[in-house]
Amino acid sequence: MTYVRKTGYLCSEELANLPGVPSEERLSRGPVAVVECAQNIPCNPCEDACPRGAITVGEEITSLPSLAGDRCNGCGLCVARCPGLAIFTVHRDYTETTALVSFPWEYLPLPQQGERVPCVGRDGAYRCDGIVQRVMTGKALDATAVVSVEVPKEYCMEVRAIDRGRGIHGAR
Amino acid sequence: MNKAQIAVIGAGPAGLSAALEAARAGAQVTVIDENRKPGGQLFKQIHKFFGSRQHQAGTRGFAIGQGLLRDCEELGVSVQLGYPALGIFPDGRVVFNTAQGVRSLFAQRIILATGANENNLYFEGSDLPGVMTAGAAQTMINEHRVLPGQRVLMVGTGNVGLIISYQLLQAGAEVVALVEAAPQIGGYAVHASKLRRAGVPIYTSRTIHRAIGEKTVEGVELVALNEHFQPVPGTGEILCADTVCMAVGLSPMVELAALAGCQMTHIPALGGTIPLHDKNLCTTNPMVYVAGDIAGVEEASTAIEEGRLAGIAAARSLGLGDDGRQQAVQERLLALRSGEFGAKRQQAKEDILRTFKEAMA
Ligand code: SF4
Ligand code: SF4
Repeated sequence: MTYVRKTGYLCSEELANLPGVPSEERLSRGPVAVVECAQNIPCNPCEDACPRGAITVGEEITSLPSLAGDRCNGCGLCVARCPGLAIFTVHRDYTETTALVSFPWEYLPLPQQGERVPCVGRDGAYRCDGIVQRVMTGKALDATAVVSVEVPKEYCMEVRAIDRGRGIHGAR
Repeated sequence: MNKAQIAVIGAGPAGLSAALEAARAGAQVTVIDENRKPGGQLFKQIHKFFGSRQHQAGTRGFAIGQGLLRDCEELGVSVQLGYPALGIFPDGRVVFNTAQGVRSLFAQRIILATGANENNLYFEGSDLPGVMTAGAAQTMINEHRVLPGQRVLMVGTGNVGLIISYQLLQAGAEVVALVEAAPQIGGYAVHASKLRRAGVPIYTSRTIHRAIGEKTVEGVELVALNEHFQPVPGTGEILCADTVCMAVGLSPMVELAALAGCQMTHIPALGGTIPLHDKNLCTTNPMVYVAGDIAGVEEASTAIEEGRLAGIAAARSLGLGDDGRQQAVQERLLALRSGEFGAKRQQAKEDILRTFKEAMA
């Protein structure tokens, strides 16, 4: 049995083997998509979403999406199109010490640009504080916002969301 | 006398798709549904669907429903709402209830797209207010915009349990945990991952032992299960919760098919008792077709494709339309039934075809 089927989130070994996850070397060359899709489910909107043809699922619709790191420029257009909310973008060397991580977000209220927010990992546990740098919304995203947070560089492959509980009625 | 070439019972994704294709082929179609609103479960589906572009992947479920209704209207399909079908007679008479009394409709072909019922679990306290099916909670939040409670325990981790838990979070409730009797999560990892990122625990090999409370649910006791699904003594754990949602599978609604004399088969992987059918969804009664969850519990996207297939085939059997469209729909269905989650359903569907052939031989 895989780790993800037991826990609901991917462990580092599973991530390392995914064709949609870019290499360390690619991360060093600027913003890039991280496609955390690990099961053979019938799905391929990510392939259609990328204007640069950087994601391929192929004829067999249940194949895992694979990322051509050289074609991807980290634009993030695919992030809101994935119904599994499984695509992120990571700009590892955003500044000397920080990275920019973008993720899909479907809860209200939306975080505000400039807000300091607690950031969480795939397991929902706190990792570090981050600063919201951008909140993309709009018709093309069809109600899925794309939020970008600036976090310490070492957390760029750890942080995958912000704490939903911050300021939301009823939750925690 | 009320007449239609094709009567469709059920205005969900399968029924509307069937009506559309039949009307496209030139048939005169009437759809009847007991609900006052069309769309079946589609209008509660606020998430983006999976699949490929041909399956409208990436589009939210309710938007797919709006599209189907628009197309039905354009093609002049008559959709009669608020009419529960009571029975089917061998001469093609469909009897249904209306505010003015019992009425009937004569049809040359009948497509049953009645869907499925949610299964229940029985445990101590399962009769307390606050215990409900996951679909009921989804109706409350997405249709009526009312929270069923503040702290929800979800029982079951198939895609229904995972997706509705996520929607409960979006609606502002807290999901205290999901429990799954099996040793692993039933639905897609991508759905489970959304919940885990949001801080919601998912416990496998665990179930609800009882709901606690005087007049409504005030708490739940969970218990660990061994590999034989038996409770492990001494593992009880009490959580504070005011709502219990059950997402423990669905059972096809086959009563009308049984009345129509359709032969049944039992396939646990597809939800239980199902009318036997051929690859075009025709049952052992050549007047009667099935589509969607009644033909085996799957998803809205498969229901849409099955509906199309049944609509095309029913029209064809009356000499309407042409053969061209069937192949493409078959291929799309095959794509939806592939991979580690779909292959089992494909296998089960093939078993049905084989049993159908034997029954008709
Ligand atoms: S981030 Fe942009 S370029 Fe990269 S895969 Fe997504 S859509 Fe394509
Ligand atoms: S759209 Fe998302 S869930 Fe679907 S295959 Fe692509 S990455 Fe996976």
